[in-house]
Amino acid sequence: MATSVMQRPGEVMDAYFLEVRAKLIEIAATLDRLDRANAAHGAEAIPPTDARLVFVHKALEVLKSDAGNRAELVQRLNSKQ
Amino acid sequence: MFIIDPHCHMVSRTTADYEAMALSGVVAISEPAFWAGYDRSPAGFLDYYRQLTEVEPKRAAQFGIEHYCWICLNPKEAEDLGKAKEVLAEMPRFLTRPTVLGIGEIGLNKNTPNEAKVFQQHVQMAIDTWEATVEATRGSSDNTCAMGKHHLILIHTPHLEDKLKGTRMILEMLKDFGSALDPSRILVDHVEEHTIKMVKEAGYYAGMTIYPVSKCTPQRAVDMMEVHGSERLCVNAAADWGVSDPLQTHRTMLEAKKRGHSVETLMQVFYNNPAEFFGQSPRFKLKPLRVVER
Repeated sequence: MATSVMQRPGEVMDAYFLEVRAKLIEIAATLDRLDRANAAHGAEAIPPTDARLVFVHKALEVLKSDAGNRAELVQRLNSKQ
Repeated sequence: MFIIDPHCHMVSRTTADYEAMALSGVVAISEPAFWAGYDRSPAGFLDYYRQLTEVEPKRAAQFGIEHYCWICLNPKEAEDLGKAKEVLAEMPRFLTRPTVLGIGEIGLNKNTPNEAKVFQQHVQMAIDTWEATVEATRGSSDNTCAMGKHHLILIHTPHLEDKLKGTRMILEMLKDFGSALDPSRILVDHVEEHTIKMVKEAGYYAGMTIYPVSKCTPQRAVDMMEVHGSERLCVNAAADWGVSDPLQTHRTMLEAKKRGHSVETLMQVFYNNPAEFFGQSPRFKLKPLRVVER
């Protein structure tokens, strides 16, 4: 059963914006790091078809959507069902 | 491995933090003057400068750590020009104290005209009071300020406001001082991915602040080191009264080590770069170290 306690929209943004911002920059920095590693070690480069990379890109698409269950949808990306 | 933390607000930390830092290899700390979390009266600043120059060196010394500091009115309190004038008038007498490395952390917070004005006044003071400080300390045991043409300057760049705009404004203002300023005697702090290049290319020292939510993470700091080079680059925790950790500097060193960076590179970033920058003031006693293979 859903809880009856619900934060106000402003409270959610105030409480979590900085954390979200930091996580997004971290993801961007990690993808940049991978690009540099791929460029430096071409023979060992991670291909765009790598399942982990595919997951990341699909997850970013989910984030852009207006689905109200984004966290669940991202988790489902890992499932074969 | 010995570490110099170039930016840590120890007035906000417990004595146990000094002990933890000493146990983790910190041998020197530089503490810029900053915002206390509330706006102080001019008298409050004088007490704060006494705390920085009299109390903290003693607390640090208990653990074999050398404590140095910087004097200024921080940008968050620069909006009140009347107060700024009063505080700036008192600053020169503190600049002659034996553990003061220079003027800082000055800069911008919200990039306002008043902040810019007070920033320029501080820079002018760094130039104007230099000769007087040399004279005041001539013949003293520390032979302070025997080199250079202005006080060392440590600069704060905005965090969550527009850092890019603020950093550009700061570099433009510095440029306006022309040959009166020597870029190698200025450290521009809190650089991130979008500001590090312009700071290093202009010849300044650059500081990366490891404060994961609002500033930078160890991983991103090592990325920047790899992309922009380790020359004139320093790492600090800027630990203060917020959710922060003085050992973030160490976590950054560990991240670099895990990626395979050499002992020489680690020593350069975490010890020698700050030692070389601070060493431009004869008050700073530690000398750069060299790795010798046997």
